[in-house]
Amino acid sequence: MIWSNASEFWAMRGYGVYVWGSLGVSAALLALEVGLVRWGRQQALDAVCEAMDEEFPVLKDADQASSHTPGLAHGATL
Amino acid sequence: MKVFHYAAPQLFYPLAGRLWPWFAWLATAFALVGLWVGFMLAPSDAQQGEAYRIIYIHVPVSWLAMVIYLAMAFWSVLGLVFNTRLSGLMTRALAPTGALLAFLSLWTGALWGKPMWGTYWVWDARLTSMLILLFLYLGYIALTSAIEDPRRSDRAGALVAVVGAVNVPIIYFSVKWWNTLHQGASVSLTQSPRMASVMLSGMLLMSLALWLYAVAVALWRVRSLILVRESQSGWVQHLPEVLAHRASRSAA
Repeated sequence: MIWSNASEFWAMRGYGVYVWGSLGVSAALLALEVGLVRWGRQQALDAVCEAMDEEFPVLKDADQASSHTPGLAHGATL
Repeated sequence: MKVFHYAAPQLFYPLAGRLWPWFAWLATAFALVGLWVGFMLAPSDAQQGEAYRIIYIHVPVSWLAMVIYLAMAFWSVLGLVFNTRLSGLMTRALAPTGALLAFLSLWTGALWGKPMWGTYWVWDARLTSMLILLFLYLGYIALTSAIEDPRRSDRAGALVAVVGAVNVPIIYFSVKWWNTLHQGASVSLTQSPRMASVMLSGMLLMSLALWLYAVAVALWRVRSLILVRESQSGWVQHLPEVLAHRASRSAA
């Protein structure tokens, strides 16, 4: 171990602000990105449900959606 | 061809779903080991003291900011040449992470520059070309979100990604081509690294962790993009997660 105690570690021998400012902001922004991607997944699921609601306004039972023909063949290129 | 098999969003969606958690776990593991090596085992630098430890963040985010842009250019070329539907979505999925890492490269570089150079910022070739990379990412995001039609949006974005890729070698070689304040590469493909091996391994572990993180996040994000893009198709509307989400919405 290169540090004799915890306060020496946190102080980074005078460069604490710069070192922890780099690491802290990076960690915080990466965590924020993970949060946004998680939120984006819910948004995407909402968007699909809204598209389905528009197509089948009265349909409540999702199983009935199987009568619907997919708009695009599998593997078709756009 | 097997490679193009997964270019269909319908087939890539479940593949990405199976893969991303593995990348995420590996990224976490490598980051923990990398941080331990970089902050607990590596000695302080003779010239820079402890401030040098910023490189354990700065170098990986800078490398990945460049690599991700090249990956976007790669997907864009595939999209322009083969017209594969997945290409535009993958390019789009990578852009926010690339922008974030380009920003962090400038941020951590500034925090290193202040104690070492005495300034947060100089208009030198390396720093300026990195700032241009950040603007390219932001430009790509702004352009693709401004164009409503997905095909036109993908094509316009692909052009920005391909043309902008010229900037990446400029960033990389800027420290050689111009007389910059930024130091030359400590690690390169042609020479043995000019740094202690424990420092080098900390830096490489962190780079690997960030690489895995970027893959995990891009795969995770592309799944959402596929859902929205294909929201009209039957296969999306029959996905168990979509049915479950719809059931919970109608219950609410």
